[in-house]
Amino acid sequence: MAWFKRSKDNIASDTQKRDVPDGTWIKCPECSEMMHKMQWESNMYLCTKCGHHFRIGSEEYFKILLDEDSFKEMDKKLRSVDPLNFEDTKPYKTRINDTMKSTDLSDAIRTGTGKINSIDVVICCMDFGFIGGSMGSVVGEKISRAIDKAIKTKYPLLIISSSGGARMMEGAISLMQLAKTSTKLAKLNEEKIPYISILTNPTTGGSTASFSMLGDLNIAEPKALIAFAGPRVVKQATGKDLPPGFQRAEFLLEHGFIDFIVNRKDMKDKLTQLLKLICN
Amino acid sequence: MALQNYLDFEKPILDLEQKIAEMRSMSDKFDISSEINKLEYKVNILRKDIFEKLTPWQIVQLARHPERPYTLDYIYLMTNNFTELHGDRYYGDDKAIVGGFANLGDKPVMIIGQQKGRDTKSNIYRNFGMPNPEGYRKALRLMKLAEKFNRPVITLIDTPGAFPGIEAEERGQAEAIARNLIEMSNLHVPIIVVIIGEGASGGALGIGIGDRVLMLQYCWYSVISPESCSSILWRSWDYKEQAADALKLTSKDMLRFKIIDRIIDEPVGGAHRNHKEAAEILKKALLEELDGVSKIKKDKLLDNRIKKFGEMGFWKD
Repeated sequence: MAWFKRSKDNIASDTQKRDVPDGTWIKCPECSEMMHKMQWESNMYLCTKCGHHFRIGSEEYFKILLDEDSFKEMDKKLRSVDPLNFEDTKPYKTRINDTMKSTDLSDAIRTGTGKINSIDVVICCMDFGFIGGSMGSVVGEKISRAIDKAIKTKYPLLIISSSGGARMMEGAISLMQLAKTSTKLAKLNEEKIPYISILTNPTTGGSTASFSMLGDLNIAEPKALIAFAGPRVVKQATGKDLPPGFQRAEFLLEHGFIDFIVNRKDMKDKLTQLLKLICN
Repeated sequence: MALQNYLDFEKPILDLEQKIAEMRSMSDKFDISSEINKLEYKVNILRKDIFEKLTPWQIVQLARHPERPYTLDYIYLMTNNFTELHGDRYYGDDKAIVGGFANLGDKPVMIIGQQKGRDTKSNIYRNFGMPNPEGYRKALRLMKLAEKFNRPVITLIDTPGAFPGIEAEERGQAEAIARNLIEMSNLHVPIIVVIIGEGASGGALGIGIGDRVLMLQYCWYSVISPESCSSILWRSWDYKEQAADALKLTSKDMLRFKIIDRIIDEPVGGAHRNHKEAAEILKKALLEELDGVSKIKKDKLLDNRIKKFGEMGFWKD
């Protein structure tokens, strides 16, 4: 027990270690509750005490939302290249290869088709674990192809966002992925195919300023950070203290930018209900 | 034109130019025309030398030159009958984005752009060219007007970024930009985009979807400013020059990556050395481009626009 307790929450995003070896205990970063991993998993990665939504990846979301064995992944082989020959403290190529090895993912998004309580959908889910869920050419192209698939099959489109924004190592090319995904969504709109955007913690920067905010319905998980400029940037730029709950899902609901907040446990049922209401 | 503000690498050129000017003022007393000619030759070589070898960071500095022509300068120099329109009809009137109907040559157009200020007072008024959500919403309202009255849209990009403020977030900065991206993709009139200064990230792209994207020679376009990139990736503000190199943000890079369609040359020494000439060059290019896009059928125009942006990016399959 610490002598001095932090009076305010740290504004840095709450990163959690996901790869805990089997049989260990998980500690909730919000209320410090200790949970067994199995207990935590069966609770859809929520804290059993306070309901804190731990950050999870595409694998977990597909398992939670889709009917068993219904997921068919698309464009698995798409890989990032290094058009800028970018190097900061580490060459971009090395960064990609290292991340691919450590995460067992090929980029920051996985896309495919699946069924939600027998309703066919095209589903995309971002992985924050892959270079901060950053959107580069591969994320843009995969979303673009998923939209094409939705147009072709007439299945509704779901995108689960979890992203720090555009991928700096692809410079203006990553910026153009905002344009690319949005122009494709314009086409989806013309075809009158539903698009539900699910915003999870965190969704910031380029993703928010493009496809994540453009759902026919925008829904969010509780307390998810959703922003254009992240809290650190806003604080630095304005020199002001940020109001409590700033840029959290509840704040966005209050300001009219999302339709509702849904607990992860209710997500599948709520999506089913929605899809039945809007799809023929 | 005598510059009040100059960049380090411009100094040797300006010194020589000043010397020539001084000699000219004495030339009625003495015959020194051959010396003047020699110096003029020298300054031309020097200028060519410096401007051919500009580093990306120097180009960033030129794009931010305090005497560079801004949106309203181009509008007043290129167009007639400019009628500025105000307000987004939801919240307010953002001074960082200006726009209205005007005649470019004999063509009626809607022209919209980000506007910076020249001194502290006007910069505060213009919020340093950093739009709030109502700026993007005003821009969209004007574009919709253009669509209704069948006028082509010209947008001029010059912003250090969308404003990262508390109120901007409250009013949905991300939504405002995202909305413009999807709406501009589907606007039924031609759109020509020109980057005339700084093209920083989503704040620039928020008025940056078009059938033709042009870029003045000494501008930058990137997902992030070199300074912010340095602070995030190098965890220090000191690597802005390396970041400017790494980001590949110059007009030549943009053309190579097919992010823009055409580079517009600037007057010798940069647009800030001759506003009038810069505006004339841009006007000519815009008239050519308007001519080109006006010949494309409406359905084809939208298909091409979606295809153009849909193809952007590099990956392997």
